[in-house]
Amino acid sequence: MAYLLRRLLATFPVMGVVAVIVFMLIHLSPGDPAALIAGDLATEEDIANLRVVLGLDQPLIQQFYIWLTRLLSGDLGVSIFTQVPVSQLLAQRLEPTLSIAVLTMGLTLILAVPLGTLAAHQAGKWIDRCVMVFSVMAFSLPVFLIGYLLIYTFSIQLNWLPVQGYSRIADGLWPWFLSLVLPCTNLALVYIALVTRMTRATVLEVLQEDYIRTARAKGLGAIPVLMHALRNAAIPIATTIGVGMALLIGGVVVTETVFAIPGVGRLVIDSVQRHDYPVIQSVLLISAGVYVLVNLMIDLSYRFFDPRIQY
Amino acid sequence: MKKNYLATLSTLITAMVITLITLTATAQTKTLKVVAHADVKILDPSFTTAYITRNFGYMVYDMPFGQDEKGVPKPQMVDKYTTSKDGKLWSFTLRPGLKFSDGTDVTSADLVASMQRWTSRDSIGRAMTAISSPEWKAVDAKTFTLTLKEPFGMVLQGMSKPSGFPPIVMPERLAKMPTTAPLTEVIGSGPFIFKRDEWVPGNKLVFVRNPNYVGRAEPPSALAGNKQSKFDRVEWLYLPDANSAVAALKKGEVDWVEQVPPDYIIPLRTDSNVKLGASGSWQGWMVMNQLHPPFNNPKIRQAVLKAVSQERFMAAMGYPLDMRVTNCATYFICGSPNETFAGAEPYRTPDVAKAKLMLSEAGYKGEKVVLLVPSDVTYLNAEGLMAAQTLKNMGMNVDIQTSDWATIGARRAKRDAPEAGGWSMYVTVAGGFDADSPITNAYLSASCGNGLPGWPCDKQLDELRLAWLKENNPTKRKVLLDAFHTRAFEAVPYVNVGQYSPAFALRKEIKGFEKLWGGLPLVWMLDK
Repeated sequence: MAYLLRRLLATFPVMGVVAVIVFMLIHLSPGDPAALIAGDLATEEDIANLRVVLGLDQPLIQQFYIWLTRLLSGDLGVSIFTQVPVSQLLAQRLEPTLSIAVLTMGLTLILAVPLGTLAAHQAGKWIDRCVMVFSVMAFSLPVFLIGYLLIYTFSIQLNWLPVQGYSRIADGLWPWFLSLVLPCTNLALVYIALVTRMTRATVLEVLQEDYIRTARAKGLGAIPVLMHALRNAAIPIATTIGVGMALLIGGVVVTETVFAIPGVGRLVIDSVQRHDYPVIQSVLLISAGVYVLVNLMIDLSYRFFDPRIQY
Repeated sequence: MKKNYLATLSTLITAMVITLITLTATAQTKTLKVVAHADVKILDPSFTTAYITRNFGYMVYDMPFGQDEKGVPKPQMVDKYTTSKDGKLWSFTLRPGLKFSDGTDVTSADLVASMQRWTSRDSIGRAMTAISSPEWKAVDAKTFTLTLKEPFGMVLQGMSKPSGFPPIVMPERLAKMPTTAPLTEVIGSGPFIFKRDEWVPGNKLVFVRNPNYVGRAEPPSALAGNKQSKFDRVEWLYLPDANSAVAALKKGEVDWVEQVPPDYIIPLRTDSNVKLGASGSWQGWMVMNQLHPPFNNPKIRQAVLKAVSQERFMAAMGYPLDMRVTNCATYFICGSPNETFAGAEPYRTPDVAKAKLMLSEAGYKGEKVVLLVPSDVTYLNAEGLMAAQTLKNMGMNVDIQTSDWATIGARRAKRDAPEAGGWSMYVTVAGGFDADSPITNAYLSASCGNGLPGWPCDKQLDELRLAWLKENNPTKRKVLLDAFHTRAFEAVPYVNVGQYSPAFALRKEIKGFEKLWGGLPLVWMLDK
């Protein structure tokens, strides 16, 4: 518990540093949202007036102070383009992003761990080679290319699945599931490749340990031996899956763009392109927070896999 | 036991009836799904000239007058109007029964406040203010007047202006809000209501039919006539990936792609499920900074004009031959009522050798040309790179500076010299409505002392524009228009690099697409 408290307290300075860096990077980069909002035919006077209305004429340190005090009171601010509260924009994007993250990692867990274990067990044989060829291809091919191929095959040719869009859970589980099959398959291929390789390598290493040889010598069957090996190989696998989960929650821009999913990734990219400061700052800060928390959970999970670990 | 059985049965039947009614109601909702050309970020067409916000305005707002398919202003919210013999007093009466989407009556006070807001923002409105000092006044709930100190020939054109800042009508309390920031509340008397609760910025925007909309008796014609829609619901989707947008259209998930990227036009022509059409007229523009060398010299601007091959620019931007206008030598729109080639003859044929000679005679000393090229907008990137090649071919010292459009948007407002963080040239495009006259074209209407990036200034153009605006006689207006155009080819406020038509694509089930006009998404023309 003390360790947990210590780690949670340590997140505050981390978030503080992230907040300062994110704010400075965004505000010091060239570009003026007021000029974009005012449009192509705006005069300098129009732009200057708008900068005053948006508070962009104030010194940077004052803008940072205002943002920080609002943030500490739980107010993420308002998009300077749409005037929609950032919390509302995030809430709209959270469901698709979490749905993609959970389904993708679920699919990855179901397929990658058994595949990697099987490849390790059959190391050097044709099954192992097939799994490795698949892993290399899935990891190497660009995500957008696989996305287009999936759309062409399953949406245009076979007419099984929608090309684009996200159907909310509230509109029915089946449409929700159908809308996520292609984007999640697209993303999962990369993670399956990554976790499969990781699982194969670590399980293979464990399988060469003395205690595994002893277990086999005592007549233990292949599956119980593999289960023993898997538990001891679990820490790097859990780390990879955890980091993958954090990355997915942070948004997956290419997949969200190809399949027109309104997720966090596209929110960030749209906001960066328009220099929508409050949205970028808040989303990046929250993504950093999620990353820190997921890492903490990964660290805590180590004790489950290996009770010898003490904090 | 029997009672329980009967109760269960009656509950089941009731549930089935309710389900059937719900399903029938759902099935009867006619929805049009449109892939919009951009994402709507700003909901106030009286604040920005962004085309997507203007199109949003057509859906939810109405205007006092609307232009028909021939570009003639027709009464829209106005029922009757009169004008005095000297053209200084105009009186307008509203149609009966007009209501805003919140159910309140539209009154002449709303019209007066909306017209005052429009006059302060729009180029025609500002010209009217400068020349005629307009005074808008509500006489009673249904009548309002416009009093002018001097006659102004474009009153009806202004009150029906289809682009730039269209004269949209909103409740008085909103129209009186400051114009320094966009309005966020949307209340209009147009054919649709904006569904704010379903708005996902960056993804989807939904409209439903406005039950309070009162259409005109005349059939729809462009922005005039009855705008009552055959669709109950219209969804504007923003699909940033062109491939997905086209795939969604092919599969029938969407009904309309508002602007098809050039490289998809030819493949889509072979798809029997899709109909393609031309989406208005557009021009590419090279905008030059006229405060600093080298483009503060009109002779050098003329040399650039002589070097520009419109065919090459249009080919680089990817439009097929049948969607381009071959060598459109006008500052207005080729094929429009204002088309004129007065003064254009020396520049009709591109000639790089001649341009080099003109450049040398103009005294070009190798000054650096800082060209801003956007990397994130495909057609502007192509236009920018073609501009760079044209300048290099002439022997100019070009420094290409590539960045995203947002950065260029901020940088072009800087008046500094190119060496001090300013710029020399950037490229853009303009729709037909915003190019086609000395007053609707921002760069042709910019008088000396304007704040428009590039800061064009030519006193003769200012005088000719003013004379054209004041003139009411059509024949004399045409003569003045030609004189203005001739002078524009001498002053070169910017360079037109070619005219083209973007393409829209519709599913074959959509009827009425041949009535679409000016590249505008006029939903009330369509049915499914």
